[in-house]
Amino acid sequence: MTIVAESIILPQRRSTSGRLSDFFWRHPHVLLAIFLAPPLLWLGIVYLGSLFALLLQSFFSIDDFSGLINYEFTLATYRQLLSESNLDIIIRTVSMAALVTLVSALIAFPIAYYAARYARGKWKALFYLAVMLPLWSSYLVKIYAWKLILAKEGILTWFFAKLNLLWLIDAWLSLPVVGGNSLSVSYTGTFIVFVYVWMPFMILPIQAALERVPANLIEASSDLGGTPAQTFRHVLFPLALPGIVAGSIFTFSLTLGDYIIPQIVGSSRLFIGQAVYAQQGTAGNIPLAAAFTVVPIVIMGAYLWMAKRMGAFDAL
Amino acid sequence: MTAVLFDNVSRYFGAVRAVDRVNLEIAEGEFFAMLGPSGSGKTTCLRLMAGFEQPTGGHIEIFGETAEGVPPYRRSVNTVFQDYALFPHLSILDNVAYGLMVKGVGREERRRAAEDALAMVKLPGYGTRRPGQLSGGQRQRVALARALVNKPKVLLLDEPLGALDLKLREQMQEELKTLQKSLGITFVFVTHDQGEALSMADRIAVFNEGRIQQLGSPEEVYNRPQTRFVADFVGSSNVLSEDLCRRLGLKASFASLRPEAVAIAPPSDGALSLSGTVASQSFLGATNRIVIDVEGARIAVASPAARGVPAVGSPVTISFAAHDLHPMEDA
Repeated sequence: MTIVAESIILPQRRSTSGRLSDFFWRHPHVLLAIFLAPPLLWLGIVYLGSLFALLLQSFFSIDDFSGLINYEFTLATYRQLLSESNLDIIIRTVSMAALVTLVSALIAFPIAYYAARYARGKWKALFYLAVMLPLWSSYLVKIYAWKLILAKEGILTWFFAKLNLLWLIDAWLSLPVVGGNSLSVSYTGTFIVFVYVWMPFMILPIQAALERVPANLIEASSDLGGTPAQTFRHVLFPLALPGIVAGSIFTFSLTLGDYIIPQIVGSSRLFIGQAVYAQQGTAGNIPLAAAFTVVPIVIMGAYLWMAKRMGAFDAL
Repeated sequence: MTAVLFDNVSRYFGAVRAVDRVNLEIAEGEFFAMLGPSGSGKTTCLRLMAGFEQPTGGHIEIFGETAEGVPPYRRSVNTVFQDYALFPHLSILDNVAYGLMVKGVGREERRRAAEDALAMVKLPGYGTRRPGQLSGGQRQRVALARALVNKPKVLLLDEPLGALDLKLREQMQEELKTLQKSLGITFVFVTHDQGEALSMADRIAVFNEGRIQQLGSPEEVYNRPQTRFVADFVGSSNVLSEDLCRRLGLKASFASLRPEAVAIAPPSDGALSLSGTVASQSFLGATNRIVIDVEGARIAVASPAARGVPAVGSPVTISFAAHDLHPMEDA
């Protein structure tokens, strides 16, 4: 049997999927709406709704005697939030988050630069593997592993002792604020673990941003007389800035909200995450817990606004 | 004075000889074109001049000074990139002023210089825009202004007109040539478009497989190609085989014959002639391109359109002057 085309226009397929295909081809917006509706509903109702509920909670207060929530609008909880001990928690957490972000960016940039500019083929695959590999194992396992590494009897101390450099660790631990009895119970330990755990979230966005910078822009800058340092400052850095900002949003907000790392590795002083955990759990002070969570939201909002004003997103 | 000197310069990428023992000398104030197909080594030569590549062997001098090991930012040489390479995060003014900025020229002075440069390329008042808001032709001019504002000794242009449409390209060719004459800067121009090279350059180097096939004025390269490659690449000359050459009384193994030097007519005094049949014909506007089959060899004739066209398959006699037949090396 020979196939003869009867008409230049092929007949519609009689199946439901055939009819659907034609329908969606004619009304692409319907398909888009079907795809977008579930995530938009999720984002709009579940996410924004609970965020709004959270915000609302922070304007209530708790009755100190009965422990019951007093559903009347008040700023008392925020007054409590700004008390000296709570402010201390906020300052500690924000400083830690800022430092973790800064150091992560400094460490991540050269790695991301290598991956974007030089790594090809299997080296690129190896790079992705190396960056992502830590994310495959449990977060808790990694933190406990670090506790062992940093402990007084841990491998780091042992290694430094072998090199006769133990005095270096002791000198560092004798410093105020960053020091302590051992690395695993000092802010230094908390800091090291934070930087380690969030590193992939800094490397990947910077790498993606650098990947999009055409190589000939670097050549053009050099051609016009820009030294490598000037090229970095005026071309590479501004064009990588959206990636750095994206990465810093991850490291900054993750540090602001984390309550497990400072609990396992570090001093006994609280971070925001731990305060929220304690307030909503044992203390049962939901309004104060809510007020604490508002802090990272406000800080991130202010940070993004500043980044935008500085032109971080101009190159997008 | 010699602006750029290549002494036996090679650049290998692994086993690939991108540039293979190239010698050339570009005079100051010259408009020099490097012509060749893609992968012929012309762009690598340009990048060697800019300093983006370092030679594997040989010696490069720019205005008498050794260029090997000198980074691009220490060369008084500027480049107009093929896809312009404008900085997307900077305004047009900041793009043009970039070279002055990194050299530490004051804000007011470099703004004035950049505005002058923009006026020179006929884009006055475009300073506040972003590269993304400009058309291809405008971006090309900005790239030119950005290079020229530095007053380079040598301006390198890497297929700068490749992305423009025909009309704009012809206009820019005209403007580039005028600009070069008025500024007196040495222009080194890379192109794969033989028409562009012929119309703009003072001298042309024809590249193939990493080597210079022929170096000379546009007239020399066009009228007297020295190798088969040049004859073929520059304006599609007829290449006459050894057989035909011998029949015409020529001792060379190959000879070139330009299509426009051939007439479909019986020979007049002293002219050479061949007879064959019309194989095909096509209308090119000012001329007709008629291909004549001479015992298996195909010879193209550019015949004025006003003259009639013989039917395909009809026998014809073609004739040409002996001095239009140029012997070539076998390459």
